Amino acid sequence: MEGSSTTQKKKVHSMTKIDLFQLLLRGRVFLALVVVTVVFALLSPGFLRVANIIIISKHVAINALLGIGMTFVILSGGIDLSVGSIVGLSAMIAGGLIKEGIQLSIFGVIVFPHIWMVIILTLIVGILMGAINGLVITRFKVAPFIATLGMLYVARGLAGLRNNGYTFSNLIGKPEYGNTGFEQLGAGNFLGIDYSIWIMIIFALVAYFVTMRLPFGRHVYAIGGNRRTAELSGVQVNRCETIVYMISGLCAAMVGLIIASQLVAAHPATGTGFELTAIAAVVLGGTSLMGGRGSIFGTVIGAFVIGVLVDGLVVLGFSTFLQNIIKGTVIVAAVVVDQAQLRMQEKIRLQKQELSL
Amino acid sequence: MGKSALKDHSIDEDTDIILRTENITKLFPGTVALDQVNYNIYRGKINVLVGENGAGKSTLMKILVGNEKCTKGKVILEGKEINLSSPQDAMNYGISIIYQELDLCPNMSIAENIFLGSEIVNRGVIDKKKQHELAQKLLQRLEQKIDPNTLVSELRVGAQQIVTIVKALSQDARILVMDEPTSALSTSEVETLFRVIYELKEHGITVIYISHKLDEVLQIGDYITVLRDGRLVAEDAVKNINMQWVITKMIGRRLDRLFVSKKHKIGKVLLNVEDLTLPRVGGGYIVNHVSFKLNEGEILGIYGLKGAGRSELLECLIGSNVLATGKIWLEGREINGNILDRIQSGLALVPEDRQRDGLVLTMSVANNIILASLKKLLNHFGLFIESKKETKAVNNLIKELSIKVSDPSSIVDSLSGGNQQKVVVAKGLLTDPKVLMLDEPTRGIDVGAKHEVFEIMQKLATKGYGIIFVSSELKEILAMSDRVLVMSKGVITGKYTKDTATEAQLVNASVDENSIKNGVKHK
Repeated sequence: MEGSSTTQKKKVHSMTKIDLFQLLLRGRVFLALVVVTVVFALLSPGFLRVANIIIISKHVAINALLGIGMTFVILSGGIDLSVGSIVGLSAMIAGGLIKEGIQLSIFGVIVFPHIWMVIILTLIVGILMGAINGLVITRFKVAPFIATLGMLYVARGLAGLRNNGYTFSNLIGKPEYGNTGFEQLGAGNFLGIDYSIWIMIIFALVAYFVTMRLPFGRHVYAIGGNRRTAELSGVQVNRCETIVYMISGLCAAMVGLIIASQLVAAHPATGTGFELTAIAAVVLGGTSLMGGRGSIFGTVIGAFVIGVLVDGLVVLGFSTFLQNIIKGTVIVAAVVVDQAQLRMQEKIRLQKQELSL
Repeated sequence: MGKSALKDHSIDEDTDIILRTENITKLFPGTVALDQVNYNIYRGKINVLVGENGAGKSTLMKILVGNEKCTKGKVILEGKEINLSSPQDAMNYGISIIYQELDLCPNMSIAENIFLGSEIVNRGVIDKKKQHELAQKLLQRLEQKIDPNTLVSELRVGAQQIVTIVKALSQDARILVMDEPTSALSTSEVETLFRVIYELKEHGITVIYISHKLDEVLQIGDYITVLRDGRLVAEDAVKNINMQWVITKMIGRRLDRLFVSKKHKIGKVLLNVEDLTLPRVGGGYIVNHVSFKLNEGEILGIYGLKGAGRSELLECLIGSNVLATGKIWLEGREINGNILDRIQSGLALVPEDRQRDGLVLTMSVANNIILASLKKLLNHFGLFIESKKETKAVNNLIKELSIKVSDPSSIVDSLSGGNQQKVVVAKGLLTDPKVLMLDEPTRGIDVGAKHEVFEIMQKLATKGYGIIFVSSELKEILAMSDRVLVMSKGVITGKYTKDTATEAQLVNASVDENSIKNGVKHK
């Protein structure tokens, strides 16, 4: 009798240990962020200065915005390789609208839209590119990888075609055309915090709300978790999937606008390779590439981990080569831990069951 | 504990046991799949293993062939404990399995398939000639005249099965597990297979034979073992027993208490289906001009064998198959359109394969329950999901269906089969249906959960729901249904009321597609 009660106690004790370990595993992205921040703060004094944090956040905003759109896509079980190219195309569209306006040849006039109009038109172009992705995937049953790979080339080609490969520079507009102020988007701030950071915060909050509280959000999770079940439960799978790529396109266009504004110039190669960093942020944030599992919050933290890591390594004078090696290792390690956690949860469930028998 | 059930067998003490398990226990999330099983396998004999769906046969075999690790217990081969952590381990000990779904590469030849993974090489290059020779020798040993160069895709299922057996033999299998080997075979192919099995026995190979078909089992087996609800309930020599013994052991004494029967009032016509048809790709029909009616408060059983078109019939009703034609009226209103429209008009389907079609395993119990009815849970502005409404709806259903879950936000994958099934039913009920279609709702769940599912069905019928209940278990269908339709090859071959239906009638109607009754004329 006595022996059994002590073993019982031992088991209970070890359970709490496991529970703590699990909690740490679950909050691992956040933990990783704390660890990298502390390490760099120790190695380089001044790393935690407000000015530096804002600079890092500005860098992070770009990646986080793309990551937010990408999270929707990956949650639904897809992938979007075209976001980097859509960034470039959007920048060129915005640049063109400011520099050349819209030529209405029938009336023989050129209309220079207001900056707000430029922003809205550019965002619409991004959404349209996403819609094309979505339609190709849902109507023609093309694998998302292939469809968006195609778009990666097409959008980049269109970006180059817009100005024959040349940059639209000096995007400050002209007072007489009434289209000044574009640079404000990248350079301006509110309460000392850059607009781009505010935009990231707003996008993240809205996206979080959409995923958690809108039927559409639940549908995205369901489609990624089990497409057939979603279909049989009355979820409009094709429509949801298309919208998911449109959201990704919208986010990419937003990034294109921010970068063009920050540089006060639009270059057709803007955003090359961004899709991969965005995917990295999503995966680092604990979203499963199989779909159905993950969160917006995780992605934003994931983007911060990458941002802090990269900026920190730069501050410490690491070469780009070393930066890449470290970045790559961290991403793979994150997924290794992710898998370990899944196995562990399974094991703990069985252990608890065994105890309760 | 093994209880005293084992004491009544009359096997000689000195009978030669080649492989046995000692107190094998296997837990799956939410269920005990195997409970302290002591299983004996006799050398050079045909050992048959029987049990109902979910009794644990497949799990036990997976452990013996290294596909699954047991939670507790030992496997003892020739008196020595062995460690089976991968199929390769089992193979090295001479234990091989032939699965229900044949694992052959159809794009490769017989010889290539036999030596896949253990190719005969000569200086790093595959020695095709030698493989061909050896394959031919093995095929001849089983008296099969097939050219080893034939592509597997060109073989019939029966011949493919023999190829898998040959493959196992080529790996020096001493113990061969066959999991439902005859389920997809024609009568003549079964005869061939049995000849092959006798041949194997003559060569001293031990066979473990799993089957649902009890006559087959009694014909071919030397020893029989019965599993029920994860426990080994009986073991004996086949010559000592009869069919009745097997059935009693398999089903157990609980049968009488399993079904729930209550008087419920049957009202006016609720659902009217006319000429529902689903063509088969390549000619013919999967669902062949089916018409029937369903009343309020009625449980309509649909019986038939696997592949009779029952599940497809339900798919046509819910609208998941775009090729379907025919007319459906619910309360006099014609229904067409997509799945969403049909769910909103009052149809709900609980699919046969709950893990594949009924649940999103990565989501929580609550999220699964509300998945099909999110629109009902929106706030005043119709914008976002109100958590109060959500919690209330979820908790109500959990209580009503007595789903055993400590926290609705736990992942649905962690529930037992029976409770998962109830989650799917809950999802259907939350859409506020008038007709609930249950496709094999008791498959793979334990007896207690079955009883609860039957209770739920009765309760819903009493409330005036129309229920369509598809099952391949005769006893279930007869006990639960007010009316029974029998389907065979897409056609309704029999219509019975509760009072007129007998087991024999249903079985006859389910195998005989020519005895078309009740005015269904299309072929």
